[in-house]
Amino acid sequence: MPVLWIVVIVVVLAVVGFVMGRMRALHSAGEDRRSLHSLPNYYGFNVAMFTAVPALLLLLVWMVAQPLIVNTRVSAEIPEALLDGSNMSLVMSDVRRVADGLDTAIAQGALSARQAANIDLQTTDLREVLGSVGVALGSSVDPATLNAAQTYRGMTSTGDLAMTVLVLLAAIAGFAFAYLRTNKDFRARNTVEKGVRVLLIAAASIAILTTIGIVLSLVFNTIEFFRLYPITDFFFGTTWSPSFGGGSELGILPLLWGTLYISLVALLVAVPIGLFAAVYLSEYATKSVRGVVKPLLEVLAGIPTIVYGLFALLTVGPFLLSIFGANGPTAAMADGGWMHAGTAVMTAGLVMGIMLIPFVSSLSDDIINAVPQSLRDGSYGLGATKSETIKQVILPAALPGIVGAVLLATSRAIGETMIVVLGAGAAARLSMNPFDAMTTVTAKIVSQLTGDADFASPEALVAFALGMTLFVLTLGLNIFALYIVRKYREQYE
Amino acid sequence: MSDATQHGAGQPATRSLHHLDARTKRRNASEKRFKALGIGAIGIGLAFLVILLVTIVSNGATAFQQTFVEVPVYLDAAKLDKKGNRDPEDLKKATTFTYKPLIEKALLDAVEKSGATTDLAKAKDMKNLISASAASQVRDAVLADPSLIGTTVDFKILASSRVDSYLKGRVHRDEIAKDKNITVAQLDLVDQLRDAGIIHKGFNWAFIFGADASDSRAEQAGIGISMLGSFYMMLVVLVLALPIGVAASIYLEEFAPKNRFTDLIEVNISNLAAVPSIVFGILGLAVFIQFAHLPQSAPLVGGLVLTLMTLPTIIISTRAALKAVPPSIRDAALGVGASKMQSVFHHVLPLAMPGILTGTIIGLAQALGETAPLLLIGMVGYIATNSPDGFLDGFVSPNSAMPAQIYEWAKRADPAFYERAWGGIIILLIFLLGMNIIAIILRRKFERRW
Amino acid sequence: MEDMSLTERAVTTDDIKITARNVQVHYGDTHAIKDVDVDILDKTVTAFIGPSGCGKSTFLRCLNRMNDTIDICRVEGDIKLDGEDIYDKRVDPVQLRAKVGMVFQKPNPFPKSIYDNVAYGPKIHGLTKNKAELDQVVEDSLRKAALWNEVKDRLHAPGTGLSGGQQQRLCIARAVATSPEVLLMDEPCSALDPIATAQVEELIDELRANFSVVIVTHSMQQAARVSQKTAFFHLGNLVEYDDTDKIFTNPSDSRTESYITGRIG
Repeated sequence: MPVLWIVVIVVVLAVVGFVMGRMRALHSAGEDRRSLHSLPNYYGFNVAMFTAVPALLLLLVWMVAQPLIVNTRVSAEIPEALLDGSNMSLVMSDVRRVADGLDTAIAQGALSARQAANIDLQTTDLREVLGSVGVALGSSVDPATLNAAQTYRGMTSTGDLAMTVLVLLAAIAGFAFAYLRTNKDFRARNTVEKGVRVLLIAAASIAILTTIGIVLSLVFNTIEFFRLYPITDFFFGTTWSPSFGGGSELGILPLLWGTLYISLVALLVAVPIGLFAAVYLSEYATKSVRGVVKPLLEVLAGIPTIVYGLFALLTVGPFLLSIFGANGPTAAMADGGWMHAGTAVMTAGLVMGIMLIPFVSSLSDDIINAVPQSLRDGSYGLGATKSETIKQVILPAALPGIVGAVLLATSRAIGETMIVVLGAGAAARLSMNPFDAMTTVTAKIVSQLTGDADFASPEALVAFALGMTLFVLTLGLNIFALYIVRKYREQYE
Repeated sequence: MSDATQHGAGQPATRSLHHLDARTKRRNASEKRFKALGIGAIGIGLAFLVILLVTIVSNGATAFQQTFVEVPVYLDAAKLDKKGNRDPEDLKKATTFTYKPLIEKALLDAVEKSGATTDLAKAKDMKNLISASAASQVRDAVLADPSLIGTTVDFKILASSRVDSYLKGRVHRDEIAKDKNITVAQLDLVDQLRDAGIIHKGFNWAFIFGADASDSRAEQAGIGISMLGSFYMMLVVLVLALPIGVAASIYLEEFAPKNRFTDLIEVNISNLAAVPSIVFGILGLAVFIQFAHLPQSAPLVGGLVLTLMTLPTIIISTRAALKAVPPSIRDAALGVGASKMQSVFHHVLPLAMPGILTGTIIGLAQALGETAPLLLIGMVGYIATNSPDGFLDGFVSPNSAMPAQIYEWAKRADPAFYERAWGGIIILLIFLLGMNIIAIILRRKFERRW
Repeated sequence: MEDMSLTERAVTTDDIKITARNVQVHYGDTHAIKDVDVDILDKTVTAFIGPSGCGKSTFLRCLNRMNDTIDICRVEGDIKLDGEDIYDKRVDPVQLRAKVGMVFQKPNPFPKSIYDNVAYGPKIHGLTKNKAELDQVVEDSLRKAALWNEVKDRLHAPGTGLSGGQQQRLCIARAVATSPEVLLMDEPCSALDPIATAQVEELIDELRANFSVVIVTHSMQQAARVSQKTAFFHLGNLVEYDDTDKIFTNPSDSRTESYITGRIG
């Protein structure tokens, strides 16, 4: 039975439960709602809750667990011979594809259930049969694969049946339990509120689950990577040249260098502009100017990064190339120009800087506004001009907060992906020339994990180690920055 | 400086206030410079915004115009229906290769009829003027209505992307020496055909509602299908992130005791808000695709990843909205004997709703424009050409998303796709603008001062 | 007890430092100060008293144009310092404020060292030639503010680390350091405990030797203790301005009497 139907049945049961629970409660009170402990609806909700929540939870757990169990069992049955020159996850995905294909074929009527269960590869060209129902296979089906696929189908269908039965049983049991408990003295409101509270806590815990998910998915794959590739070569290697044929050199240093160089350029653009804009907006601008300019600047922050990426690739890159390239006015100063292609550290850094301007200005604006007015009054009272007050009193007072803001902006710059993927180039190199193409940690995560990479190879797994590095780096910066900003706020509260 | 020596004598220098001394003048000049720096910074920021928007509009506006060729095609029965029985099964055997010469011939006839002077006299010479999609367009029309065979039908077919680019001013005669896809003679012909009204520009509905096309058919590519992908993802995000985010915020703001567990959640939320989006992509790849075996490229997976990514934003704004409801409202409800839960759900939550919705819309807008995590779960590189079969299939059948589609076009070799990418950005920004305007209106309309 | 002796000092000068004529202040649509005429004497402590919101602080802030920093505030009328109109176009408020210093309600030392707090004014106005002179100015000012002995060993410790009373005296030292001619004090003791208040009050009386001091206060006792002249403000009007003794013993306006005796306020 499709999952959707199970859900529908459970929901219908819950609705029925609501109505019946409510009626039973009223009935037990002799149709006098005043003698009930709780409002009648709570009795209904109580039954509905006990019907739906455990059943749906069971369904969810089952749906996650079943493929895992089936996978482990089926992969245990796959003969060694099939693994020759390949790995388990690829074989398993073939198996699943064949199994799914057989199910599709049955659903579309190309095969009967009996035919599908007794396919003889000698007489049937399975690849063609499956191709006719829209399931394309890379090669013709190996008997062992078909065997495994049949086991897979068997276990899955048994599992599905068991799931349907158990989930519906759970729903009915919950229904019966709650319904039978319903009488006029039952504290329905308290039970329902307890249930709702548990749901609220569960929702709040998703934040923790997400973090755990991130950490686990990074850690396991990173460990797997370090099993295949020496950890010292990764952290101290100065060459990045992955090749899926083997013999890759996967040193992170050129990537880190590119990341930091681009971030530096971005900050050199964003911090002065953002800071001066914030100072002007908070100290000089009239209310009406502020009301117009601040949202306009923040538009820059609302523009998706893909737009900036395209802007870098198609507008800024060619523009810089026309100035610093071989045909530009500066070509004479350097042999053949400094810049050889539109994608470069400068291109990505400049555009990323534009993106970060509102980020720096909004944060700094908040922080400058948190400096108490009394300090300004004190300075003006002594005859200081506005700029003297800003430079000598406000900015020093706001310094910790501004440092925090800059750190947050740095973390943003380090984690930014689309701009560098499109604007920075693909070559990993350790160079000082800001007009050279370089690449970053994020860009390489994308290039190593897209395409038909084999997830068991070090060339793909390295992306998780890169992700881990990125995660640790940005997390450290964020925690440190938030700590500084919080300390700063406490100072003036 | 002179008054310094008199300091402490109890008799400060009496200089006239009506006379500015040199030092004050210097200080005022420095004040002006400083102020100018501030104005300059804002000017640069706004200039960047203007440049960005002008670039987008000037490069992308042309994507909404497309060049068409109006040509009467004689559907030769001898070629299309060799058996002469009009049986649809037999008609299907005539592939696009059969139709192509018919169209080229038809165009050549139209050229001769228009009186254009050109050396191009072979049907083959017309190939570069029309889109490769024309043959399948005509074939589809014939399969839909076999009675057309043997008649002459007026078709409005797409011009090739070179012709389109030429008429939009991006392809010039002096740059096409090495171009295999167009010649100067063909461009001369295009000019004459345009004057004759055979080639003309029209609004490009296919760009907004159509499907993506392969590398060699820039003129046919549209963003419609990936828009659908984005729509399904946003649906997932809305359905999951709103209730989960609101529930989490209610717990943290109204019920959570001050303890380690609560602190842990709080720290987690503020840190998740700053985790790079690409890391959420890795999470999606490892957990949803490798571990849970959900289908690659599916809007469902994209929606799940974006949900996790937007949850912190929604939680933070929802908590702010809940916090803005004054405690007196809660006290009033508790005072008449409501339970804590009732006071929250009956009084606090409805009052905070506009703020929550505003935060949710802004979170959705953020999710709509996000690209990086989608790269890792396979929503890029997939050519979105088919609409999903039915509503539910839309969640699981492979698709792209608007920003992913834009990225895909930006990477392609043919510059004709760049126009599509900019045009896609215009559509994306219109959506974002619309969402933000709705958020602002909501905030204005329901803004409450306690 | 010692406090009471302060009031007994006689007014020592009749030189007029500041003349205000027909001063009006508007805050947006609110008419905060109406038709105020007052002459402030040199080497005298003048107290502004009155109920909250009566405009006494607003008027004080007109005297060194601190109201300029508030966008919606508009000042009309004549205010002359030593016969020069301070609202004249040619006047730079920056120069004016060097001559008319100000001390605020809440102690507001800058987040800098004690030394840098005091040196701030002389530095921005360029009052000293070299470090030694600056050191001297800092020491003199701290001595005038009766703070030198308490902080001379920790001049480079942060000013925010001092106690409330010390912070307020530091702010007075900071204001004194630019050698102003008039010192405006806006409820300088309202954030201080009684002991710190007594110290600051004593200091105010000593400052009278060098400056014209104008003090806004909530406390009538304080006005009686430290000032020689007192002005009573009510609802934006200057109701009565006279010798402090006269105001507190024999006020000529019934509103003043009601306020002094606690019937309005």
